[in-house]
Amino acid sequence: MRWVAAKNRAKEVDRAGWGRTIAAAVVSLIYFFPVLVIIITAFKKHTDALAVPAKLIPDAFDWLVPDYLTFSPTTENFVNVFSRSFSTGAAAQDTGFDLFFFNSIFIAGFSVLLALVIGTIAAFGFSRYPLKGNDTYLFVILTTRMLPAIVVIIPVMLMFRVTGLAGTYTGIILLYTAFNLPFTIWMMKSFFDELSRDVEDAARIDGSSDRRVFFKICMPQVVAGLAATAVFGLILTWNEFLFALLLTGVETRTVPVAMSQTIGGDIGVRWGLLAAIETLFLIPVILVTFFLQNQLLRGVTFGTVKR
Amino acid sequence: MTSNSPSSGDKLLTLRWDNWLLALLAGIIAVPIATLLLPGFLAVVVAGIFIALVVITAIVNAWSRHIGGLLVAPAIAVLVVMNIFPLLWSLGLSFYSYRADRQTLRFLGTRNYERLITDPVVWDRLTTTAYLVVLTVAVQMVIGFLLALLFSKQFPLRRYLLILVLTPMMLSYVAVGAFFRYYYDPTFGLVSQIANLFTTEPFVLISSTAGAFAAIVIADAWMWAPFVMLLVLAGLVSVPKHLYEAASVDRVPGWRRFWWITFPYVKGLLLLALLFRTIEAFKLFDVVFILTDGGQSTETIALYVYRQAIQFNKTSYSSSLSYILLFTVIVLTNLYLYLANRRSKEA
Repeated sequence: MRWVAAKNRAKEVDRAGWGRTIAAAVVSLIYFFPVLVIIITAFKKHTDALAVPAKLIPDAFDWLVPDYLTFSPTTENFVNVFSRSFSTGAAAQDTGFDLFFFNSIFIAGFSVLLALVIGTIAAFGFSRYPLKGNDTYLFVILTTRMLPAIVVIIPVMLMFRVTGLAGTYTGIILLYTAFNLPFTIWMMKSFFDELSRDVEDAARIDGSSDRRVFFKICMPQVVAGLAATAVFGLILTWNEFLFALLLTGVETRTVPVAMSQTIGGDIGVRWGLLAAIETLFLIPVILVTFFLQNQLLRGVTFGTVKR
Repeated sequence: MTSNSPSSGDKLLTLRWDNWLLALLAGIIAVPIATLLLPGFLAVVVAGIFIALVVITAIVNAWSRHIGGLLVAPAIAVLVVMNIFPLLWSLGLSFYSYRADRQTLRFLGTRNYERLITDPVVWDRLTTTAYLVVLTVAVQMVIGFLLALLFSKQFPLRRYLLILVLTPMMLSYVAVGAFFRYYYDPTFGLVSQIANLFTTEPFVLISSTAGAFAAIVIADAWMWAPFVMLLVLAGLVSVPKHLYEAASVDRVPGWRRFWWITFPYVKGLLLLALLFRTIEAFKLFDVVFILTDGGQSTETIALYVYRQAIQFNKTSYSSSLSYILLFTVIVLTNLYLYLANRRSKEA
């Protein structure tokens, strides 16, 4: 009993006051500063983005800071992400970024869904019906995910060339499904392992089939975990670069690849535009970080560290 | 062994969904007849139906006995097709002389491996990678630890401030690389502007080896220090509070309190963070690719393999090289899992 009390006490976190809040706020803002600057740059005109000294403050604060440090915000970069307009009056040109954003969403969504269905079933199998050499299987599965992408990609490129999958949606979705599977299996297994077995055993004694136990008892308990796994998979796929660089064609290109090509040359990079693309690209990520804070630890360690 | 499979005559002939022998038998009889009597297309359909029937009945039959195997089979199949098989293919290729842009294939035995072990360039790239790993992981661990100490107590608005700190970890390497290229720009970059407050010479961070290393380490450590923070935070929260109370009663000084009470609870997670980040930093590719593209001798081993394989089409040579990486990652992953399992068993 004393042990339980100690454990409960261990759970509660030490409290600190507003003093700590101020200290943490300063540190957090400094830490977040690089992201903040990009978001600010997204609202600048091209000349303002290249200004020295850097203009970091919108001109609404003119009364507070000297004029040469302020810029007048504009949303033209965000419009230009999708269709580039010209000051000469020529017809606006499609930049292709609507397609790239669609590709990123479609490819990530489809492969995560596939990996989620296959991976959750497999995770349930690994958790409840251990095979001979269960740990070995799980180790090999995790290893395929930990390998450097370049190691996996060399043979996959050869295979895709032979089968004609290079540059197609099918190819990249299949590869991303395999990329997401280890993560999904390890995450979902960590959630299934945590469930209490008593309810399941009782249901089995009462004659429930394996299928009923899975759908009616286990799944409802891990819905939150399933959602966390899905969103993590989406972010990982959304951010992935090397596979997309080497296996997508002009029609199936994703945003990170298009972004890296925008930076290409040293001269003439339209930083305001690039910042706007990045800002659009960041929004889902920041939302996820907010809503999944409690699952973040498990997510970034592939379910190997729970708390 | 075969006690559950239908063996006697009446069991063989019962129409049940798990009777795959009957389905197979019917297929063997029906498919040749169909190919003789029906036009080609319909015969294929009939054959397809019977193959599907045999597969379904075999699965239903195996369900009760091999449920574990069946549940994991689709996942294993995908991984075998998309990962294991290609890797075995490249393992095979690594013993040949092969270039993706030519069709010749010549057996070399272990010559590729002999070549890369004696190749000074490979050792140079491995050394570069090792330097970067040590530097970036060390910086991450220190900053992550300090951030964790800051956030270890509950205070107002903590949840919202944590988001600001945790965001970099969730960003794309390409986005981070692009950010920092903007900041490192010699004329209008923020870093250069700050440097120009102190010197009048133009400040080009990426122009020297040390500067390029610093550029990469800053970007990568900024991105991944929150990862270390997250793990250390989990350790700090798990320290029982009564130990601190006892320590303050006994007037134990701060640093000893930290060393004897806090550290033992954190060290397991610290080790996990160290290993995990080492594995990831060993693969360092995207940030380097975007920031320096291997210039100023910052080419990591992953980038070197990429160049050999993709730009120079030395497919079989880079395959043998990638097997060295694979072996290293397997060893590190094994160690990581061993420690992670030990920790979760203790808890």
